[in-house]
Amino acid sequence: MIATFYGKKVTGMLAALPQNVVPFEDEVSNYSFSEKQTLRLKKIMGYKQHRIAKPETATSDLCIAGMERLLSTGKLNADDIGALIVVTITPDHFMPHTSNIVQSKCNLPHSVLCMDISQGCAGFLIGLLQAFMLLEHLGNKKVILINADVLSHKVSKADRNSYPLIGDCASIAVVENVANWAPAYLNIYMDGSRGGMLEIPAGGSRMPCTIETARLQDDGEGNLRSLDNMRMDGAGVFQFVQTDVPPMIMETLEYAKMEKEDINWFLFHQPNRFMLRKLVEKLEVPTCKVPMDEVENFGNPSGASIPLLIASDLAETMLSGNTRCCLSAFGEGLCWGAIVLDLGGMDFCEMLVTDC
Amino acid sequence: MKRICDLLQELRPEFDYRESKDFARDGYLDSFDLISLVTMLEENYGILIDALDIVPSSFASVETIAEVVRKNGGKV
Repeated sequence: MIATFYGKKVTGMLAALPQNVVPFEDEVSNYSFSEKQTLRLKKIMGYKQHRIAKPETATSDLCIAGMERLLSTGKLNADDIGALIVVTITPDHFMPHTSNIVQSKCNLPHSVLCMDISQGCAGFLIGLLQAFMLLEHLGNKKVILINADVLSHKVSKADRNSYPLIGDCASIAVVENVANWAPAYLNIYMDGSRGGMLEIPAGGSRMPCTIETARLQDDGEGNLRSLDNMRMDGAGVFQFVQTDVPPMIMETLEYAKMEKEDINWFLFHQPNRFMLRKLVEKLEVPTCKVPMDEVENFGNPSGASIPLLIASDLAETMLSGNTRCCLSAFGEGLCWGAIVLDLGGMDFCEMLVTDC
Repeated sequence: MKRICDLLQELRPEFDYRESKDFARDGYLDSFDLISLVTMLEENYGILIDALDIVPSSFASVETIAEVVRKNGGKV
């Protein structure tokens, strides 16, 4: 779908991170990399360090830590909230929803609509879409859009394809109606036929978790993982991103009647440095407009990747005047999309290190 | 061709590449090696390799690697 939304503004962002920073060197013995390979991959892929939640941390813990910071510092008022969306592929439970847990722990009013959305790497765009649609019915109330995952609980520590790259994080974006704010142009594509490229086979109704599904197996490429773990077809995902994402971004710009030169920042989901570099080459946009340092500093935190990138790299810019951005995210589903919108003039844009 | 052979040797010195007709299929180069090799070729030949060329079949042999380098503007 492709659509235009009028008068919708992101007025604040916070990224809540676990305090535990794990250097790649500390985990390299889990993988079958030689010392030479390790050094190469640090440079090429961005394997440096990532933020990993404690084993007992659930997704809502990061969300609540972030929300409590905003509520206790007066950056957010519970009575101003109309809806709370939590986008996650690692919910605390099947029931109750993570959004309801956050509502309860943060003492939000019962009038707040709580909604979970199951979406991974493209989750910020899908969350924005839902927030924009809800705002049509919420007047001057705000939508709280949380993207949160503790993927470290679902990825095998012996999976060198995925574990060095992932990170845990919860991002909170406040979205509200602001008259005369620049339109947002949103474009989303889905292809369920390629869904197997990124999957967690066990744990749902198709394949409940058992002792068998928890058994680690060698995939023949030096990775050990179980059916309870996330599995990624790295080569397939790479080709998907390089083939499908550039034309979709160009289509979005054309729909917005803009050229690449009109965009101040291209803020992309952060899978790994190599994939981003190749995507930027394909798009032929200046690398100085495309921050790509998230994986090496925090890891790839799934749907929270773009808000974390904004909070870590562009906080000052976001607190001053507005700047035109093209956001693009892509991942499980498969789902890929882009949004051209103005960001800036935010009330807050910050990171929070939690004890999660 | 010698430069490509040298890069392969630097990447995974434990293999004799003359013994394989398909480096990926025979387990000489895994997906991380392909990414490393792409970066090494780009640095050595001063080229940028098109992302759509980064598939295992492009790196099956010294000849196919040379073809990728040529296709992306390198002189082999």
